[in-house]
Amino acid sequence: MIDFEQTPAIAQMAAMMRAMATHQMRPIAREMDENEHADPTPYFEFIWESTKGYFKENSRPTGKATPAPVGAQPKGGSGPATGQARQCVIIEQMSWGDAGIYLATPNPGLGGAAVSAVGTPEQKERFLKRFGEGKPKWAAMAITEPGCGSDSAAISTTAVLDGDSWVINGSKIFVTGGKRAVADSEGFVVVWATVDRSAGRAGIKSFVVEHHTPGMTVLKVEKKHGIRCSDTAAIVFENCRIPKDNILGSAAVAERGEGFKGAMATFDATRPAVAASAIGIGRAALEYVQERFEKEGLSPRYGISPQKLTARERDLMMMEANLKASWLLTLRACWMGDQKVPNNLEASMCKAKAGLAVTQVTQKAVEMMGPEGYSRKLLLEKWMRDAKINDIFEGTQQINMLIIARRILGYSKDQLK
Amino acid sequence: MYSFDPTDEQKLIIQTARDFAAKHLRPLAHDSDEQSALPEGFLAASWELGLATGAIPESFGGAGMTRSAVTGALLLEELAYGDLPLAMAMLVPALVAYPVVDYGSNRQKTEILAALTAATFPRVTAALVEPSMDYDPADLGTRATLVDGAYVLSGRKCFVPLGTNAETFLVYAAEGGPGLDKVQAFLVPRGTPGFTVGSKEKNMGLRAVDTVELVLEDVRLPAHARLGESKGVDFARVMSYSRVAIAALGVGLARGAFDYARDYAKERKAFGEPIASRQAIAFILADMALEIDAARLLLWEAAWQLDKGNTATKETYLARMYADATALKVADNAVQVLGGHGYIRDNPVEGWLRHARGLSTFDGMATV
Repeated sequence: MIDFEQTPAIAQMAAMMRAMATHQMRPIAREMDENEHADPTPYFEFIWESTKGYFKENSRPTGKATPAPVGAQPKGGSGPATGQARQCVIIEQMSWGDAGIYLATPNPGLGGAAVSAVGTPEQKERFLKRFGEGKPKWAAMAITEPGCGSDSAAISTTAVLDGDSWVINGSKIFVTGGKRAVADSEGFVVVWATVDRSAGRAGIKSFVVEHHTPGMTVLKVEKKHGIRCSDTAAIVFENCRIPKDNILGSAAVAERGEGFKGAMATFDATRPAVAASAIGIGRAALEYVQERFEKEGLSPRYGISPQKLTARERDLMMMEANLKASWLLTLRACWMGDQKVPNNLEASMCKAKAGLAVTQVTQKAVEMMGPEGYSRKLLLEKWMRDAKINDIFEGTQQINMLIIARRILGYSKDQLK
Repeated sequence: MYSFDPTDEQKLIIQTARDFAAKHLRPLAHDSDEQSALPEGFLAASWELGLATGAIPESFGGAGMTRSAVTGALLLEELAYGDLPLAMAMLVPALVAYPVVDYGSNRQKTEILAALTAATFPRVTAALVEPSMDYDPADLGTRATLVDGAYVLSGRKCFVPLGTNAETFLVYAAEGGPGLDKVQAFLVPRGTPGFTVGSKEKNMGLRAVDTVELVLEDVRLPAHARLGESKGVDFARVMSYSRVAIAALGVGLARGAFDYARDYAKERKAFGEPIASRQAIAFILADMALEIDAARLLLWEAAWQLDKGNTATKETYLARMYADATALKVADNAVQVLGGHGYIRDNPVEGWLRHARGLSTFDGMATV
């Protein structure tokens, strides 16, 4: 039955996260934007302490392979799976608080998700246990290189087996949380590298590189348009030796690139998460503008003839409709993921829609507030800068449109380049 | 608990409607548009299907199917996928049936629902839209005033579907100032003094459905002509159902246009390759598919709100606004994908563009 009711557990979690976002994130949002790369230490410690138990529970070898970044999992619990939907509700609320701080939250992140998805029980124990104990830690994912972005199959970082070690050489950029993962904490980074360049996609494997491994250098931390609290690192690997059993999945070069496909499939879970984060920022901006207009006695008149709407009313309504449509597309992708139904098309749809919608919503919000919107006294201009990344990372809008196009046409990558 | 899966019963309704649309709507769409007339026997054939009035309670002679705005939305999408004007024509009885079921007095139900459960297509219709660029359902120009125990109606209506042959008209009029809460509905029999049924309108699209203009000059009606009599109707809710219906029709039209354009783009070759293999075309198609899904989910959520008992003015308004815009944009893009061929009336896409423009003009449709 078609149903849009939140389960009580998710609704309760949403309320908790909303309170956390209001009290722990919003008050420091501006400060963390102005002081790029500073650590919001009290927030880190607060969130680390409140999520440690959850990660302890879920990092055991038998633990659920869930990349949920924060929040306590309800105990026991039978009935239909809601893991992805729940995760997206959490991310949406946190990003409503602050997207930069959300992205900087100490947690297993994308690196941990990769270990959860394909790691052996021994690897899960070795790499994930740390998120349930000690000081705040991060794990990152290194895919992009100076010479390749969306075309991950063109990766040129190499991994060569030498005795009991893999030797990694190459440069990675745009590693979200990379510095905090490998230089500031006892975390790790998952590095995509090729074991056989002649094999193309089939030769690409992922490797766990521990913090402070010799041969790995954090070259720089990027200065960005937005999400400034989140560090985006460039990392260089020069004869960086890691243990042989730090490879995730099989070392064999599969004939038809199954390993690469497996790696790409993790995007089906992470794209809705990016969409959810985008929507949180968009909602923050829309709510602010709505409240300000309401104080001026300007509330959209739903129900009247559309021809009689003012430009402001129409703008507010279209912002709201686009955000809501993005959210429903996101929930659908999560619902399918939770049912273990293939959702590659739907994941790309929600990401493409949300990235663009939120870019436009936040730009419009700045415009609608005039000089106030452009001023750094308010958070609107920051939200506009933070929003834009969602139209770019985890597959640009265009890459996602390409995936949608191939799916609806039934075309391979050779039939539609 | 989130779910995006129709029930088994809804899936059966979808399939029935889809089969009907493929057999009785799409093949007749072109000629009925060219001839500006319904195909012979069309209303009778559609009436036998029983979809438009299936949710009339058994106590009034109906089939007593579960009433649900979500189910209605699923059904209307399929019918409009076949052909929008023909779908609108077959749904006309529902414009009267459901306000009467929801708000009618016992006397009105007995009288009107008898015709709506009879063997032949009923001669009833509803009149809401007015011939003015200022038309606003929340501030109608047609007024009803209570004078000495009788209602006096004055004003003009247009887009009254199947008005040429209708015998009973459900006319919406404002009692007092602006506001959805001021609108009431009145049963006006043909032939009432002061009530003139005009000749058939000529519109850009939706030509197969005959629509007429009405003129009401001091039309005097007994108090029991007011739907629901002293209780009246909840017009805000009537409008929410209408918005869901129109949004569903828009989504169906858009899906039809998308499917056609996609298939064409895979067949049509330029420079030795199907045009769909170029991003310039493929991205247009991807955007169509994405926006249709977005519009459908907004529509489902709004309909779900109605089924929960909420009036959902805001949700249905946003859903309809989005669906109207999506239908127009998708139909326009379908013409664009077909290029010159899209502009020729041998292909259906130009017709869909003409129909889609009409969606935002129409008002007062009914879900079933």
